[in-house]
Amino acid sequence: MMSMNTYEIIIVGGGPAGLAAAIEAHKGGSQKILVLERDRELGGILMQCIHNGFGLHIFREELTGPEYAERFIREMESLGIEYRLDTMVLELRDDRTVDIISSEHGFETLQAKAVVLAMGCRERARGAINIPGTRPAGIYSAGAAQRFVNMEGLMVGKRVVVLGSGDIGLIMARRMTLEGAKVLAVAEILPYSGGLTRNIVQCLDDYDIPLYLSHTITNIEGRDRVEGITIAKVDATRQPIPGTEIHYDCDTLLLSVGLIPENELSKSAGIRLDPVTGGPVVNECMETSVAGIFACGNVVQVHDLVDWVTEEARKAGHHAARFAQGQLKEGSPDLVTRAGHGIRYVVPHTIRVGNLEQEVDLMMRVTEPCKNKNLVVRHGETLVKKVRKVHLTPGEMESIKIPVEKLQGLSGELNVCLEEVAHEA
Amino acid sequence: MKRELICIVCPMGCHCSIEVDATAPKGYTFSGLTCKRGEDYAIKEITEPTRMLTSTIRIEGARLPRLPVRTSSAIPKERIYECMGMINALRVTGPVSMGQVLIKDLFGTGVNLIASRSL
Repeated sequence: MMSMNTYEIIIVGGGPAGLAAAIEAHKGGSQKILVLERDRELGGILMQCIHNGFGLHIFREELTGPEYAERFIREMESLGIEYRLDTMVLELRDDRTVDIISSEHGFETLQAKAVVLAMGCRERARGAINIPGTRPAGIYSAGAAQRFVNMEGLMVGKRVVVLGSGDIGLIMARRMTLEGAKVLAVAEILPYSGGLTRNIVQCLDDYDIPLYLSHTITNIEGRDRVEGITIAKVDATRQPIPGTEIHYDCDTLLLSVGLIPENELSKSAGIRLDPVTGGPVVNECMETSVAGIFACGNVVQVHDLVDWVTEEARKAGHHAARFAQGQLKEGSPDLVTRAGHGIRYVVPHTIRVGNLEQEVDLMMRVTEPCKNKNLVVRHGETLVKKVRKVHLTPGEMESIKIPVEKLQGLSGELNVCLEEVAHEA
Repeated sequence: MKRELICIVCPMGCHCSIEVDATAPKGYTFSGLTCKRGEDYAIKEITEPTRMLTSTIRIEGARLPRLPVRTSSAIPKERIYECMGMINALRVTGPVSMGQVLIKDLFGTGVNLIASRSL
């Protein structure tokens, strides 16, 4: 019998990844599961994402964030899976013990047979991108502003400039406009937007909000509160071009300049991280470099669709249950994936073919936008899989499924790269 | 009259234009599109554009001060600000359950305003 503080599976984080992992581990036969959530409710960032567009792949419907979350929360509760709110995980160790703290129970140490990391990611802040100017009030990360407006009912400003054209920045430009603010401009340092076309059209074009590509902020004015912002065009080396400045009188700056997987706990357990994704190096089961510690969702790689977070988390939860029941084959990997020409990264990083049930799903992002290429997986010179892609962009994750039969007996490297489409004869 | 659009049917994001042409099969000529679905999108976009609207309303007697809401399906695009006015005037008292109808039949369209979470 397990003691009070021992669980089969402990899941760190009660957002979309944690919820799906818990449900899937339960379906895989795990009885004693605990989900730890530091916020006041389950659902994670979905609870403040009140716009629609979630769930097209998983539910074949377009839901808002809270609706998507509530379906999983209901399912988890109906299965009787235990969770704790307002509970912070302080430390994770490689023996799968976790130190947690909450005002209700104080400090505790829990032991798990398997741990699933589902901590998500956090926003890159002003300090990480070196914007010049003063340091007044009125500068928010887009996600923080989203929480104030959508959950707390607090308006963050009246005249707004947005830096960064990722989806959160675009969504917030529309949201602030609908709530009565004037959004003056969205500035993007890259020559293309990282956001979905749909969001460019429905969040900016619909409301006549200008998008300035290849532009960045060159000055922030104001002592106590933001009073003005200057943007300028940048050259190919991302240096501002003198004479191209545009000045805005405004009181608010929203930053949508990237997301970083949140891996302090992973580091404390000695888990190996991938410098490109910022998340743990994982194998075919979403298991990290520490045996029995799994990871899924935005803590592994920043996803653009929650549906893929759910799929990845189901995989992690399923295999964590197998691990807890002693069904996973340990040992060194047969294959290592490698991001070749045109590919920024590939997840998973390693594959033990013996643990694959039907196929392996390789997920990747390209380095820059391109059209009409073959996405190719090779083992040495041998072609393992080839998929023709009409349209590729770093903002949209790609995936390739490879059936287990094609990997039997292979060892060494699996190289994923972009190749030119051969001209038809 | 020629209208420039960006198609949002798929991730290609075709920059296209559409023009009324009574002699063409669909009554319009297109340029820049690469599929049939894009043509249907472009026609809808210039004849009767619609959008989903999501926002929040004030809620009392609940754990949080705002309740997220959405239209049950897309509403005419030109009604968005009018609908925001109705949303801003609305107040509810908890508990509310996900999917609960808060305003019935917006502008006679048959579309309802519904709660997008339980609170």
